[in-house]
Amino acid sequence: MSVKVLIPTPLQKFTNEQATIECDASSIAQLIEALDSSCPGIKDRLCDDSGKPRRFLNFYVNSEDIRFLDNTETVLSDGDEVSIVPAVAGG
Amino acid sequence: MTQAIERLTNLSTAPAFNRLQCKECGAEYEPVAKHVCEECFGPLEVKYDYDVIRNTVTRETIEAGPNSIWRYRQFLPVSSNDPIDVGTGMTPLVEAKRLARRLGLKKLFIKNDAVNMPTLSFKDRVVSVALTRARELGFSTVSCASTGNLANSTAAIAAHAGLDCCVFIPADLEAGKVLGTLIYNPTLMAVKGNYDQVNRLCSEVANTHGWGFVNINLRPYYSEGSKTLGYEVAEQLGWQLPDHIVAPLASGSLFTKIYKGFNEFVDCGLVEAKDVRFSGAQAEGCSPISQAFKEDRDFIKPVKPSTIAKSIAIGNPADGVYALEIAKKTNGHIEDVTDAEIVEGMKLLAETEGIFTETAGGTTIAVLKKLAEAGKINPDETTVAYITGNGLKTQEAVSSYVGEPLTIEPKLEAFEAAFERANTLNRLDWEQTTV
Repeated sequence: MSVKVLIPTPLQKFTNEQATIECDASSIAQLIEALDSSCPGIKDRLCDDSGKPRRFLNFYVNSEDIRFLDNTETVLSDGDEVSIVPAVAGG
Repeated sequence: MTQAIERLTNLSTAPAFNRLQCKECGAEYEPVAKHVCEECFGPLEVKYDYDVIRNTVTRETIEAGPNSIWRYRQFLPVSSNDPIDVGTGMTPLVEAKRLARRLGLKKLFIKNDAVNMPTLSFKDRVVSVALTRARELGFSTVSCASTGNLANSTAAIAAHAGLDCCVFIPADLEAGKVLGTLIYNPTLMAVKGNYDQVNRLCSEVANTHGWGFVNINLRPYYSEGSKTLGYEVAEQLGWQLPDHIVAPLASGSLFTKIYKGFNEFVDCGLVEAKDVRFSGAQAEGCSPISQAFKEDRDFIKPVKPSTIAKSIAIGNPADGVYALEIAKKTNGHIEDVTDAEIVEGMKLLAETEGIFTETAGGTTIAVLKKLAEAGKINPDETTVAYITGNGLKTQEAVSSYVGEPLTIEPKLEAFEAAFERANTLNRLDWEQTTV
């Protein structure tokens, strides 16, 4: 499955400064592995020591937070857009 | 503000902040427009040299400063001698005797940011700091993702400072908050989605446009402005800390910064140390932090907001875990209330203290009431409830619950008849109320 991944600024040094990259994966877990093979080192930034996405990082599939879907087991389809977004303060 | 700025300039010294530091892993960065750690994505905070502050700041130097947040300038992350001073801060700390009596408390104060300047919410504090820093960093366009109050404040203070402004809000905001942004003539984007979706969009825009987003790439500076809510209460209580504070929780940032403000004043010898209890207020329809507190979790599960308290409807609160930690370690509480209780809270504060707050303030008062009724506030404690926004901006929330005026002919007998009828209705209301 080819999906488009939006990369936040702090991670673009792993992607040759590219803000979006195409990736083949059928779940978020697979996507993280696939990203790490094309951009070595990126998984250590995305995930903590236990291999889970870091708590201040949000993953969205077509604008939906993966915590409202199946977390890292969320299934990806061809043409999906995955955003990786650091947490933001608000109001 | 001319006079204030002149006095401030006379007090000027080298800035006491020098670095940004990750709150999670401790990595340090130059004080530029950057909000997350490149190592672990933890939030970045401004780091100060407290020795510089201790050597230059006393109660007297603060009291001699301007009547605004800039009297605490050494504790704020700006380097210029002419910060953007639109009279923000030093809002009233009102002893709320009638509300206290109603709740069975003895020493209750309201910190009233419903009358903060220039846009009637606490956001003017954080925006004054963020835009001063934005100007120092060379930004000519400023922006924000907002639930309304931040949009009002960013647009107004950007207008004052002559900065270009583009703000993003959820499309379903209250009319007062939309108009109260448009009047300053920014570019206003009403996004079809909730605040968390607006935030996500803005993170992507911030990545590509090189603007100063007050709550994204300027967040380390922006959030420091909330510390002034702590400093002012300490100063207004006669240079001492309260025993207990109750504040609304949206992203959780304000709560953590009041805590930081109190601790900085203790560390710099401006007040005596004291164990202040921190209690937080959420709306039941958006209560991820309250749910985590009640379930004794140390992580936040995001929720999809559904509440009239739109200004605090953040389903994925960035500083939620820190707010949770503070409530737990200070023996405070985090509670949530229904929309009906929020409306009652707004009315209760208005009827007992003459303060018209928005739904976030109604949430705070309703939680204060709930905690008092549950015996979770010691009546002898000096308690401060933070009211962070103005009710005129969220009229939709209460318009069906405040009654109608008595419309009469311009004749004495019409007045007498209507007044008699009103008194009878009041009496019937009173007789039906169980005491």
